[in-house]
Amino acid sequence: MKALVSVKRVVDYNVRIQVKPDGSGVVTDGVKFSVNPFDEIAMEEAVRLREKGKVTEIVAVTIGGAKCEETLRTALAFGADRAVHVKEEGEVQPLTAAQALAAVFKKEGAQLFLLGKQAIDDDANQTGQMVAALLDLPQATFASKIELDGAKALVTREVDAGLETLEVDLPAVVTTDLRLNEPRYLKLPDIMKAKKKPIEVVSLGDLGVTAAAGLKATKTAAPPKRSKGVMVKTVDELVTALKGKGLI
Amino acid sequence: MSVERDVMEYDVLVVGAGPAGLSAACRIKQKAAEAGKEISVCLVEKGSEVGAHILSGAVFEPRSLNELFPNWKELGAPLSTPVKRDEVWFFTSPEKGIKTPGPFVPHTMHNEGNYIISLGNLCRWLAQQAESLGVEIYPGFAAQEVLIDEKNVVRGVQVGDMGIGHDGKPKEGVYTPGIELRAKYTLFSEGCRGHLGKRLLKHYKLDEQSDVQHYGIGLKELWTIDPAKHEPGLVIHGAGWPLNSANPGGFFLYHLENNQVYVGLIVDLSYSNPYLSPFDEFQRLKHHPVLRKYLEGGKRVSYGARAICKGGFNSLPKMVFPGGALLGCDLGTLNFSKIKGSHTAMKSGMLAADAAAAALIAGSEGGDELAAYPESFKASWLYDELYRDRNFGAAMHKFGVLFGAAFNYIDQNWFRGKSPITLHDNTPDYSTFKPAAQSQKIEYPKPDGVISFDKLSSVFLSSTNHEEDQPVHLKLTDPTIPISKNLPMYDEPAQRYCPAGVYEVIEAGGAKKFQINAQNCVHCKTCDIKDPAQNITWVAPEGSGGPNYANM
Repeated sequence: MKALVSVKRVVDYNVRIQVKPDGSGVVTDGVKFSVNPFDEIAMEEAVRLREKGKVTEIVAVTIGGAKCEETLRTALAFGADRAVHVKEEGEVQPLTAAQALAAVFKKEGAQLFLLGKQAIDDDANQTGQMVAALLDLPQATFASKIELDGAKALVTREVDAGLETLEVDLPAVVTTDLRLNEPRYLKLPDIMKAKKKPIEVVSLGDLGVTAAAGLKATKTAAPPKRSKGVMVKTVDELVTALKGKGLI
Repeated sequence: MSVERDVMEYDVLVVGAGPAGLSAACRIKQKAAEAGKEISVCLVEKGSEVGAHILSGAVFEPRSLNELFPNWKELGAPLSTPVKRDEVWFFTSPEKGIKTPGPFVPHTMHNEGNYIISLGNLCRWLAQQAESLGVEIYPGFAAQEVLIDEKNVVRGVQVGDMGIGHDGKPKEGVYTPGIELRAKYTLFSEGCRGHLGKRLLKHYKLDEQSDVQHYGIGLKELWTIDPAKHEPGLVIHGAGWPLNSANPGGFFLYHLENNQVYVGLIVDLSYSNPYLSPFDEFQRLKHHPVLRKYLEGGKRVSYGARAICKGGFNSLPKMVFPGGALLGCDLGTLNFSKIKGSHTAMKSGMLAADAAAAALIAGSEGGDELAAYPESFKASWLYDELYRDRNFGAAMHKFGVLFGAAFNYIDQNWFRGKSPITLHDNTPDYSTFKPAAQSQKIEYPKPDGVISFDKLSSVFLSSTNHEEDQPVHLKLTDPTIPISKNLPMYDEPAQRYCPAGVYEVIEAGGAKKFQINAQNCVHCKTCDIKDPAQNITWVAPEGSGGPNYANM
């Protein structure tokens, strides 16, 4: 069974994000980028499924500029067999990304599409859902456990009331949550081998997708600074203070 | 614990992706290409990416870069702000200062032809050049041990294990043993007080003939300031308040591009008052009107700290040992009179690379001493430059800032460093503390949150991160010393000299306890240098850990 895993290049989670002074976005110059951590979890899961003999081939895919090759190399070091780079230097909007990923999935004839539930840069949480809709495939989001059983996948998700298990027919789209697994440390020899694995470069046009600009970001602003707290001595004082602020 | 380790073999292994190591790697590939030979070069770097652990002023002298990549402009090297104007100040009080008239500035402090750069970004660029020349670069992997064979030859390094818990035991499912990287020649370029360099100095007794090394701690912030106050290319240096002759140091403020400035303080680690806190000195320094006027209305973007080697010529150890060499600040090539170490580090890397490449091209199997490296060093401009500067630091230590500066003015401007006098300073920095009982407590002003800040919010801006569940990488030889000796004698100065709040003395159940917050560590190495008992040993934590400096 072939699995497709999408990996997105995002600002590293350790970086303290700075908003550009003109509010047009966040500072990305000189900043460290890495693979979206949720996508790393998806990648790890694909490798584990292959180790269990359930998956036979893993293809990694990303969309973006030349620098995204690094992202694919990381996926290849994890254990992807080969990679597809949808090269686009300009902005890629969410729907365009979903259309491109759907086209790659179709082209590859994969059975399972694994990806992070969301990317840590825009936190949109929509790509998996949109791909499933575009391909009219079943979807199981926020997976904390995945079992493949023949033509079906059993996906456990953490919901408010506890755990919910879904059974979906393959091919399907599964998005991964934090507790699904803990990604392994990459080994130096694997990183070296990854440099030699093949990456196929395609354009949006090759996939029959036109980049559409449906969304416009109007402003980026830093969260307001937390104002200093006040110490109250008694419960009465606290109640008065809360009432004064109209909070109770 | 015996584990099977993978082995990878190269012709040359470089440890540390700073200016020295990257220049060495590039140069070897260039030489190999010229000779039509294949020389494999591997470079490991403990930071999460190249540049993540690089922190420098930096006013950059392009001399070595001109030699390494004469076409660096076409190749897009990130040198975009030429120095336009130099100011040198002496602060006499928190409010007052004297600007040194041009003719009295030591000529080494003139910066025409130099650039204000982010050394981290230059290293990122050098890494791209190195990769396109065929160097294999592996960031996120820390060299943990030197591999020395039974014939006392360095054969490479062992990369640190990943996935060891805080109890020292391998973690189920994630433990990944570090591999052995072996090479014919291993070049160590870890920067100031590299943890393997330190062991090599000891093992091969490389520093037996030289003066002891001297150090400083540099603290630096990146600010975005009011465009109206921004003067790209302005370089400000100075000394005096808040430091003094017994606790010397100097500050800088550089205007780079995009309305940004670097501001920083270098505190000489020979300081004597155990109550001194380099971090708090830096914070209060910024309130001086000469600096404050630029920072007011601005916003701090980043913070970091790093120790520097400033012993210079007299402290240079032997550079080679069987199977390898020390480069850059692992060796101590910084020119303190210019407060510049990048061009000298690069040059040392290139000289070592020339020697290694020549040997390999001639068919060497490695493992020998690269004698050609110290020989070419002696014939180079680098030797000449460091020789001329040899008295600068020692004069400051011996005569104090004012008379030292006078000596340096005469030594540098009249004799151009060629006077017959050589000053030696063999007092190690860890032995200069006066007992707390004989020292004056320093009451630092509270940070205002606008110009000055506390330690924790500062460390936050260094984007420092370490895997939490791992052994503490700051090793105490005797865990009782901090409380039994350092505390009564020196009020445990680690609480103050650490710029990242790693060390705390806390009360637990009525008893004092020494706490190490290793996850805050910005890898500056000051504790390893300054602990009066020499009881703290810095070892590399799990690869990728440490700061993630951007544009520093």
